[in-house]
Amino acid sequence: MTIEELNKIKADHQQLVMVRKVIKEQGEELAKQTGYRKQVLVCGGTGCTSSGSKKVLAALEESLKENGIENEILVVRTGCFGLCSLGPIMIVYPEGSFYSQATPEGVKRIVKEHLVEGNVVKDLLYQETVHADGSILALSETPFYKNQLRIALRNCGVIDPENIEEYIAVDGYQALAKALTTMTPDDVIKEVLDSGLRGRGGGGFPTGRKWMFAKASQGDVKYVACNADEGDPGAFMDRSILEGDPQCIIEAMAIAGYAIGANHGFVYVRAEYPIAVERLRIAIDQARERGFLGKNIFGSGFDFDMEIRLGAGAFVCGEETALMTSIEGNRGEPRPRPPFPAVKGLFGKPTVLNNVETYANIAQIILNGSGWYASMGTETSKGTKVFALGGKINNVGLVEVPMGTTLRTIIEEIGGGVPNGKKFKAAQTGGPSGGCIPAEYIDTPIDYDSLIAIGSMMGSGGMIILDEDTCMVDIAKFYLEFTVDESCGKCTPCRIGTRKLLQYLEKITEGKGEPKDLQEIEDLATHMQKSSLCALGQTAPNPILSTMKFFKDEYIAHIEDKTCPAGVCKSLIKYEIVPDKCKGCTLCARNCPVGAISGTVKNPHVIDSDKCIKCGVCMSNCKFGAIVTK
Amino acid sequence: MAEKTVQPFRETDEQKQALSQIIERNKVQPGALLPILHEAQEVYGYLPIEVQQRVADGLGISLSEVYGVATFYSRFSLTPKGKHRISVCLGTACYVKGADKILAEVEKKLGIKSGECTDDGLFSIDSCRCVGACGLAPVMMIDEEVYGKLTPAMVDKILDKYIKEEGESK
Repeated sequence: MTIEELNKIKADHQQLVMVRKVIKEQGEELAKQTGYRKQVLVCGGTGCTSSGSKKVLAALEESLKENGIENEILVVRTGCFGLCSLGPIMIVYPEGSFYSQATPEGVKRIVKEHLVEGNVVKDLLYQETVHADGSILALSETPFYKNQLRIALRNCGVIDPENIEEYIAVDGYQALAKALTTMTPDDVIKEVLDSGLRGRGGGGFPTGRKWMFAKASQGDVKYVACNADEGDPGAFMDRSILEGDPQCIIEAMAIAGYAIGANHGFVYVRAEYPIAVERLRIAIDQARERGFLGKNIFGSGFDFDMEIRLGAGAFVCGEETALMTSIEGNRGEPRPRPPFPAVKGLFGKPTVLNNVETYANIAQIILNGSGWYASMGTETSKGTKVFALGGKINNVGLVEVPMGTTLRTIIEEIGGGVPNGKKFKAAQTGGPSGGCIPAEYIDTPIDYDSLIAIGSMMGSGGMIILDEDTCMVDIAKFYLEFTVDESCGKCTPCRIGTRKLLQYLEKITEGKGEPKDLQEIEDLATHMQKSSLCALGQTAPNPILSTMKFFKDEYIAHIEDKTCPAGVCKSLIKYEIVPDKCKGCTLCARNCPVGAISGTVKNPHVIDSDKCIKCGVCMSNCKFGAIVTK
Repeated sequence: MAEKTVQPFRETDEQKQALSQIIERNKVQPGALLPILHEAQEVYGYLPIEVQQRVADGLGISLSEVYGVATFYSRFSLTPKGKHRISVCLGTACYVKGADKILAEVEKKLGIKSGECTDDGLFSIDSCRCVGACGLAPVMMIDEEVYGKLTPAMVDKILDKYIKEEGESK
């Protein structure tokens, strides 16, 4: 492959992809030249696949044939669009009509009314794109997309991840060509260093410095590795990038290999992500066929190839030394640092290990320059960050915003607020290593340092929104249960410490807590932070410490008043029926598994709290909101 | 508690041959043990001690080393799984939306606990941490199928469907 050949492929496929990226009028002009009147993009990410996008795709192809227009319409299966709760998602270009929650029946109507007759099916569109006066908003103008800036996710939901030509059409492999033919390894490192890019896996270490250390290390063999072992429960940005744009990771790893002098790469990816693994496999094969991987890439004399290694369900393997121990075929236990991986990493050789999202930024930095990248974000955190927005929020999905965007923008505008008129209570970031940001900090600009300052951390980017119905002690307990499960057992502070912390929380949520417990928790937490071998143990106390800091009154209510203010902790709550609201419909009494509810038709019922097992079935069945917890 | 009956190890000639090929094909690469165990589990459905012994012999390492790795990772199972593998997500997004109630309902319905398999070998329950379908929370997977936005009542109906199908095929 030469640069001329690369540019030829780009020119041949550019118009096809540009139809999806420009405004409607230009798109219509372009579409005429591509041979396809319209293009239909269907999301094939895990979220939409789970909600049935395969059936939608099959129905679409069948319906196109039935109407005899299969040669006029291009169907593209893409990666994640971001709005996972509204899946399956389908977009028609050049108009950019955004259909949400598509069904096989709906698709038939769309084909007939929209693709054949030319009338957008308004009632099936994502309703945020339809104005009251009937006019239709561009997708980029909706509250969900308007505040986003997509760099790492630039190609997700735009290109076909299983077609390398579409990647080339959007500047794919231009950065690798530029690096190999016009830059020295030191130039590449300087560009990354000057961009201010910091590791997106959680630690936030400057990526350029990591590369600099690895280049400076002596070694006949060096390695480049990619951490795709996304273990934080509730985070799915790495998965979405691998599913939507796998080539950008391959390109970035080759660039990293050139910079540090490595010829081999490993991607360590969770086996729980079958779609991501499959697309990455296809992408590597295609890159090899085209000569972007292999010997003498772009005639530069530089060789690079890579392989996939599957994780096997161990959270600790997200820690860099544990990940490398696992690739080596062992129990994924961490090892002490130093020596750091840049000096002694995989198989004892100097290794650069970066996270998926970090790599997703590299090609853009090389192409557009460090100045461009550094112009976005805050003083110490440059560029953008992808968050997996989940929990009690209307628009669950994947969002990418400039560093320094406030929590308020993310929750209220992009996320569309908290459902069912409930009150926002806190945002949990950083997963089992992070903490909760309470409502009073909603105007905090989000970056690495501001989050640490308020006792949380960026983590990999999971952001779980909690509402007033969430008990903060219970949430802390949830994370400790997780770390107890996932502690590898190698070092004592983590193995015993996490278990001990969990015991305190169990005691408190069961109403057996004592005032001295809080001090003992703090002491133990401090010891764990100081003496655990790896970040798993060092950060395991964070969920408790941050909830104790911001929601101390809830802990005190559990310990001293023996109540759970949010009505969650079973031992501390009582189900009661409000007589004024009860219509006597008998539904609760009929559904109670232990016969604890008595009453006669059309008269208020009563719960016998001695018999009640607090399963909550009555509450979820009551149509009048008459059952409350106290 | 009654001692759980251990199923005797049985294998077909195809399985035996497949395992030898897996070991041969992988053993040249560094760090071969994990890829071999992944593939072996695909073939047998789990990793019985007999299979681990053969992997150890094939790689020239001790059984304890293989056992150590097989028991470290949650994806590897040393006991057989049910014909239908039910996996309830207990990730954060699912948890705040009531995943514990979903798991309790599945356990109640099948009369077994998470990590166990029904006596007829039809169903096994596991909990997992995040299948990445947070937009549909709470979710569970039965085999490869994902069921999202669940309520306990839906769980009941979904399981009934599987139980009915199994009853008819008998």
